Amino acid sequence: MGDYIVLIIGSIFINNIILAQYLGACPFLGTTKKMETAVGMGFAVVFVMTMAAIITWVISTFFLTKFGLQYLRTIAFILVIASLVQFVEMFLRKSIPSLYAGLGIFLPLITTNCAVMGVCLININEEFTFIQALVSAISYAIGFGFALILFAGVRERIVLGRVPKPLQDTSIALVTAGVLSMAFFAFRGMA
Amino acid sequence: MAKTLTQEFVKGLWEEVPPFRLVLGLCPVLAVTTTVENGIGMGIATTFVLVCANTLVSLLRNIIPSRVRIACFILIIATFVTLVELLMQAFAYPLFLALGIFIPLIVVNCVVLGRSEAFASKNRPINAIADGLGIGIGFTLSLGALGAVREVLGNGTFLGMEVFGPSFVPFTFMIEAPGAFVGLGLMLCIMNFIGKK
Repeated sequence: MGDYIVLIIGSIFINNIILAQYLGACPFLGTTKKMETAVGMGFAVVFVMTMAAIITWVISTFFLTKFGLQYLRTIAFILVIASLVQFVEMFLRKSIPSLYAGLGIFLPLITTNCAVMGVCLININEEFTFIQALVSAISYAIGFGFALILFAGVRERIVLGRVPKPLQDTSIALVTAGVLSMAFFAFRGMA
Repeated sequence: MAKTLTQEFVKGLWEEVPPFRLVLGLCPVLAVTTTVENGIGMGIATTFVLVCANTLVSLLRNIIPSRVRIACFILIIATFVTLVELLMQAFAYPLFLALGIFIPLIVVNCVVLGRSEAFASKNRPINAIADGLGIGIGFTLSLGALGAVREVLGNGTFLGMEVFGPSFVPFTFMIEAPGAFVGLGLMLCIMNFIGKK
């Protein structure tokens, strides 16, 4: 049990997927201008990342490794993620329209979110068991959402400040992300 | 064709240089630029994928049905990424280890998919190659530049050579995650500043 707690804390804070592992930086900058979009994206990622981690783990363990096809991993994983995203989108539109209205526009963006694919690859590289892979995927996703919401809060305040012209928009956002990342850096002392 | 081949090529170097002008494909930019060598290695790998994918997408642009085009593009890109992965494992093993999971992650680099969708699917192969090369070289140069800033300040070396002499205390902040964000943000600021004049 203790191992799982370490894994959870490690994935959310110490190895935060955006601020320490540099994955998923595009949605991190793209969807954090408003709090609502950040929350929407966060939830969509939790959903897709967990499912993608489960499916890719099964495929990798029972098909690719078994038949010695590890070199097809990249293609197999991206296909799984792309079709999963499509499927989830269609499923939500049909059965849970209220959730679809909330997450709808973010779902297609997730296909090219490197955090999702990154977590799947990390799970395989670390040779996690099924439960470990599941726990790490959920924790990484929570860490992703957490960073997104924190950053959106900061960015909503920046809009009100007077930023020098060349620094405006993405530039100041990146510098702010650096400061946020420095704050997460302090968690490393816990490892 | 309004633009000549040279124009297609040159626009990738300054006007639309990927990580700065089009804020796309940031993850590898932030992650692998701890040294100049890694940055340029990543840039070359991405350029290769970009040029090949652009060429193939452009050749097949009239065959791929538009409703499933994104899936087809991703499949094409994934094929070339696998190729790069295997080639690097065979011929540049230390670099392969240094870049780690960021090589398979070229698949989800928005720059590559973005060029396939926005340019290659609408233009002739020869233009698509020029566009891919231009954007790829621009990407490589940006990665190299950010890598240079971070390596010189964070490690006191350039391509492994000492720059400042023995009394220099490395500014390790720059090679860690926060330095990547701040470094890129300030470089973007400088680009904006020069561009405005």
